[in-house]
Amino acid sequence: MRTVLSFLTRTRGSKRLHITDLLTYAYLLLGTVIMFGPVIWLVMSSFKPQAELVRFPPRFLPYRQETATVVGYDEPLQLFTVTMEDGTTRTLAQVRRVGIEAQMIDPASPDEIIRVNINQRTPVEEVYFGLENYTEGINRFNFWQYFRNSLVVTIASTLLTLLINSMAAFALSKYKFRGRDAVLMITISTLMVPVSVILIPVFLVITEVGWNNNLLGIIVPAAATPTGVFLLRQYMLTIPDELLDSARIDGASEWRIYLQIILPLARPALAVLAIFSVMWRWNDFLWPLIVLSRSELFTLQVGLNSFQGELQVQWNLILAMTVLTLLPITFVFAFLQRYITTGIATTGMK
Amino acid sequence: MATNSALQRRNKRAPGILQMVLSPVVSLLSALFQGVIYIIDFVMKPLQDRLGVRGMAYVFVLPNLLIFGIFILLPMLLNFYYAFTGGTQLFPQNRPFVGLDNLTTLFTCDNFLDPNSCRDDLFWRAVFNTLGYVTLQVGTMVVLSLITAMVLNAKIVARGFFRSVFFYPVLLSPVVVALIWKWILQQNGLLNGLLVSLGGESVSFLTNAAWAQTWVIVISVWAQMGFFTLILLAGLQSIPGEYYEAAAIDGASRWQSFRSVTLPLLMPTMLVVLVLALIRAVQVFDQVFPFTGGGPGTATQYMVQYIYQTGFANQTKEYGLAAAASLVMAMFLLILTTLQLRLGRSSDAA
Repeated sequence: MRTVLSFLTRTRGSKRLHITDLLTYAYLLLGTVIMFGPVIWLVMSSFKPQAELVRFPPRFLPYRQETATVVGYDEPLQLFTVTMEDGTTRTLAQVRRVGIEAQMIDPASPDEIIRVNINQRTPVEEVYFGLENYTEGINRFNFWQYFRNSLVVTIASTLLTLLINSMAAFALSKYKFRGRDAVLMITISTLMVPVSVILIPVFLVITEVGWNNNLLGIIVPAAATPTGVFLLRQYMLTIPDELLDSARIDGASEWRIYLQIILPLARPALAVLAIFSVMWRWNDFLWPLIVLSRSELFTLQVGLNSFQGELQVQWNLILAMTVLTLLPITFVFAFLQRYITTGIATTGMK
Repeated sequence: MATNSALQRRNKRAPGILQMVLSPVVSLLSALFQGVIYIIDFVMKPLQDRLGVRGMAYVFVLPNLLIFGIFILLPMLLNFYYAFTGGTQLFPQNRPFVGLDNLTTLFTCDNFLDPNSCRDDLFWRAVFNTLGYVTLQVGTMVVLSLITAMVLNAKIVARGFFRSVFFYPVLLSPVVVALIWKWILQQNGLLNGLLVSLGGESVSFLTNAAWAQTWVIVISVWAQMGFFTLILLAGLQSIPGEYYEAAAIDGASRWQSFRSVTLPLLMPTMLVVLVLALIRAVQVFDQVFPFTGGGPGTATQYMVQYIYQTGFANQTKEYGLAAAASLVMAMFLLILTTLQLRLGRSSDAA
């Protein structure tokens, strides 16, 4: 215990717990609440039934009213704690409610009907993580279709990005050829031109190619990421040329060198780019929103957006679908967060 | 403490499990890969004999360049064509040349400071909203990111954990972020619940213009600051500790060593952060559109949404006007980047 305490208070040498250390931890604690709180609140809310969701002020945990099955009644009856006239409390099941009067029975002796004022009863509740929102939401929202589209887009686009970016990076880092500087310049300039500046002409190109309302229209244009080319090129510059020369002497073709020497050696950089590409493509919104107008082609993000537009009141389903949409990326983060954070810190890309 | 060490242990174990699951997959894939290499080699070898070793560089760079050319460079040029032609047709051959008409429409104002006096008042509202958003969002975010990075750079327990905490929202998709906060800010949502239980009155956050604008900034800072914190943290960690020791020996206070060691040495990183944050802020759309839809009224309509509405969402699709607005936005971005590059160069020289 003392070691734990001394570890926790071990700071800045001489003095124990300087005021700035307290401030530091207060900041971190507040930060944790603000950063994680909203997501946890979303997850908690997604388990609540509609009745609980409109309750104000809201409660943290999802509750539902307990019920009891009583002989002689087909439906399970809702349980209440009732304060009787003599001041005692009993747990009774409600048969029906007429105005301000509730007809209750004791589940132990179901024959006698007790009439009480509705203000004298409070519901008996239990914590209950219900999956109804999820099952109903998946049916109504067409979740699997959207999920499949998002998956196709993310995987296809990432594979394409890795392939063509690494090919370009290989050429730009290991060959001296005429026009290389021009290619580098073009890559730099595309870095400065975000898609939101050229929406209309890109839409025209997509339409001319016939990719309007086609997943290819989101997969291909985004694949040639300039950041990816730069990241991979920087990495490949560190691979010694002697390796390639000796492979050439052994009679390896340039493609064999690319596939069997460069790609395996560039694996760390490729991994970072892969993680980023997955994040970018999974979360893409504006461009898919423009290209896809047929609902069976929607990605999860576009689908979720239109779902919340049409079902303004059905928050219970929207919340559950939001949780399902953020789950995959959260898993990726949980497993790979070390690569992601070091990747960003070293390359500054996003 | 216990949870912390458990967390570390889990972090160490995770790749092990991953490897165990993946290793049969990996060996299968590598066998496949060998086959693919053989086939590619068979096809590409004659090509290399024709083009020579250097000629292959063009082959490698071609796919990436092709996509750049078709989906970025060509659209950049086409954007000008759209900006100077009118009508509602998408295909260029059907569009009449109108000269500067689109730009005139955008720039006809009795008083440029009052959107109501402009011919296209929506555009000017979007411009002013964007300017306000960019200033406040980037300002707030850079300051908060710097503070957070400094806190995370201090000697604290469980730094990795807190770093992940601040980073996690970065991964969430804009639609998810919007829905999480929309749910919290509802009339009978969490925040109003807290307000009421503290004795306040509930507020309609998203139907009041000033509140909506504030919350748009809050949620984008919430969602993006982790990214910039990471970059700044990397910058802070690259400052050699000896500088601080020297400052301490000279009797510098914490504030003094922050001002004369941390700030100047962090300046290059700060500039990168500023440029990236500004470029992204000008293009604000993804989080806002599902969050407020631009409302109430036009209070949270920004430039990209103007382009999206004018070119795609409205009944009459005024591609020319949207392209002209895109040009204005591109100019914004160009000015920002060159300004920052200039500043960066002069601060390097100083």
